[in-house]
Amino acid sequence: MLVATAVLAGLGLVSGLGLGWAARFFAVETDPRQEALLELLPGANCGGCGCAGCNDFAGAVVSGAAPVDGCPVGGGSTAQAVAGVMGLSVELKERRVALIHCQGGNDLAPRRYLYNGLASCASAAQLGGGDKSCLQGCLGLGDCQGACRFGAIAILPSGIAQILAERCTACGKCVGACPKGIIDLVPERARIHVLCSNTDRGPQARKACQVACIACKKCEKAAGGGIAVTDFLARVDYALAPTDEALVEQCPNGSIRVLDLRSKRH
Amino acid sequence: MRFKGGVHPDYHKETAGLAIETLPLLPRYAVPLSQHLGAPGTPLVTKGQQVAKGEPLSQPQGFVSVPVHAPTSGAVKAIKDWPHPLGRSLPAVEIEADGEDRLWDGLAPLGDWRQQAPAALRDALKAAGLVGMGGATFPTHVKLSPPADKPIDTFILNGAECEPYLTSDHRAMLEQAPAVMEGLGLMARVLGVKRIIIGVEANKPDALEALRKACPPDVAAEFVLLEAKYPQGSEKHLIVALTGRRVPAGGLPMDVGCLVQNVGTAVAACEAVGQGLPLIERVTTVTGEGIARPANLRLRVGTLLADVIAHCGGLGPRIAKVIFGGPMMGLGQFSLEVPVIKGTSGILCLPAERITQYLADPCIRCGTCVDACPMGLVPSAMGVLAERGRFADLADYRVGDCIECGSCAYVCPSFRPLVQLFRRGKAELRALESRSGAA
Repeated sequence: MLVATAVLAGLGLVSGLGLGWAARFFAVETDPRQEALLELLPGANCGGCGCAGCNDFAGAVVSGAAPVDGCPVGGGSTAQAVAGVMGLSVELKERRVALIHCQGGNDLAPRRYLYNGLASCASAAQLGGGDKSCLQGCLGLGDCQGACRFGAIAILPSGIAQILAERCTACGKCVGACPKGIIDLVPERARIHVLCSNTDRGPQARKACQVACIACKKCEKAAGGGIAVTDFLARVDYALAPTDEALVEQCPNGSIRVLDLRSKRH
Repeated sequence: MRFKGGVHPDYHKETAGLAIETLPLLPRYAVPLSQHLGAPGTPLVTKGQQVAKGEPLSQPQGFVSVPVHAPTSGAVKAIKDWPHPLGRSLPAVEIEADGEDRLWDGLAPLGDWRQQAPAALRDALKAAGLVGMGGATFPTHVKLSPPADKPIDTFILNGAECEPYLTSDHRAMLEQAPAVMEGLGLMARVLGVKRIIIGVEANKPDALEALRKACPPDVAAEFVLLEAKYPQGSEKHLIVALTGRRVPAGGLPMDVGCLVQNVGTAVAACEAVGQGLPLIERVTTVTGEGIARPANLRLRVGTLLADVIAHCGGLGPRIAKVIFGGPMMGLGQFSLEVPVIKGTSGILCLPAERITQYLADPCIRCGTCVDACPMGLVPSAMGVLAERGRFADLADYRVGDCIECGSCAYVCPSFRPLVQLFRRGKAELRALESRSGAA
């Protein structure tokens, strides 16, 4: 009994000393600021900043490789907190929100053929651009939804994806996941948006989808800047976004909409 | 010799007994400028211009490119985007026929190929717009121009026609045997190849016999009856079966001194040299349970699918799918406005009861696909990797060697769309490569 206790106690002592020595000898020097930053970051490890997770980003900020406002998910408050730790000042950038430039569900844009394959937009797009009549339109198979780490994308019953602006962190993952390239990040304060990506001429666009932009240029004339038709598609220039919401009424096909993308949380 | 793997689908060669009939002249045609692997040509004609049958409509761009020709005489109505069998709209020349079917006076037949120099023959084949008519549509003159360090010693005629339902090559071998043999001799002369092997699947002994009878005395060919197994008609597997040589991974038949040409290509080569006729016609099987009157048709390239279907009595009431090619490798069509192109070997019309609407289950690692894969790949593991988006790992499994024959998906008890997954993987890998190349 005594012998056993002594042996175990001895073992424990030796191992403890060994571990204590190893912890000192093999210690990795980390900047304490990196630990502090990691506490402030959202911890989603989404990769939206371009680094491999939040810890990597914190290290990059400390070494100066990443800007203090580089975390798109955390937004302004996180940027300020990070800047505080680093002893820098940061200019607040406006929060952005992902927007899908398509609203043509199955009821508005018919399907060209019966797609019977993998439930993936990228795979469907390989088969002649997908089954949607509009070759630029949302295929609704959810590649963006799968890429979103924040549950901010829903596939509506009409077979089209929609961003839930409230949850969107503008990490940009969906932008890269969409094989049609019809998602981009827009400033949350902008209220007038073109929800169409179709670059066909008017008659073909009309045939492809009931809410397609037919490039009639009425919006361009009404706005007098900030919205322009190029390549048969009206596009909003968000740098000088139009504010006159009456111009939405000018669109004969309902491709231009007023949306409130502001989040109540921030 | 047998190749590893492969499957035995129901062959459904119901149309094998139907003689080739010629589709009557139609009022309009649409000839896509891109009907081959490689760069599409630029149009040589303008809107409103009168063209004659056989007149070139496009100028090839680069070496791996061939022209397309007018299927009949008439006026060019438009040059515009038109539905293409590959699934998207591509530029095509729309021709309104004048009903005269007047032959172009610029045709230059070379006459007897035995008197011609190999280079002249090769140029004639390029000018005639010849491509591999088995479906891959690789320009024939490119195949016939191997680099100097890859001498070709064996010429193989592919009469396997292993795709279920298709019988166009079978009928061509029976009805046009002399043209097949002449075309074969001609192409062998271009390369100066002495050894000629003709391979036909065992379910068509009559075709092999017809070719043997039609063989000219100066063409020394071996006639081989092959095991009926899918994909016997794949170039690499045909070479293994006939010569025992194995094309290295990522290689081409010329790496083992072989060249494979399809039956239809041989007929077209014979016509191109003998009569100066460019490739404006091909034999296509129209079949399946969804068409009223199956047939083997001689069609002009540019004939619209709707016209072919109308000639064959129309589609059945429960039609679900119209495929260009066979059921294993063919491409489903999304419009009846698509034109028949040089590589359209069959038009398969299937009713709803022949189509499986399935939801793929997870892979159960049974390994059936591994046994079936004729390329010796591991489709089960590759499918899982592609599904997870691990495309770089997919390259380690040599997805690039997949010939997309569909044997794995055919045997999969979980109904996994394996070929679609691999096609996606290949596309992603190409994108990765071009990105790293640009960076």
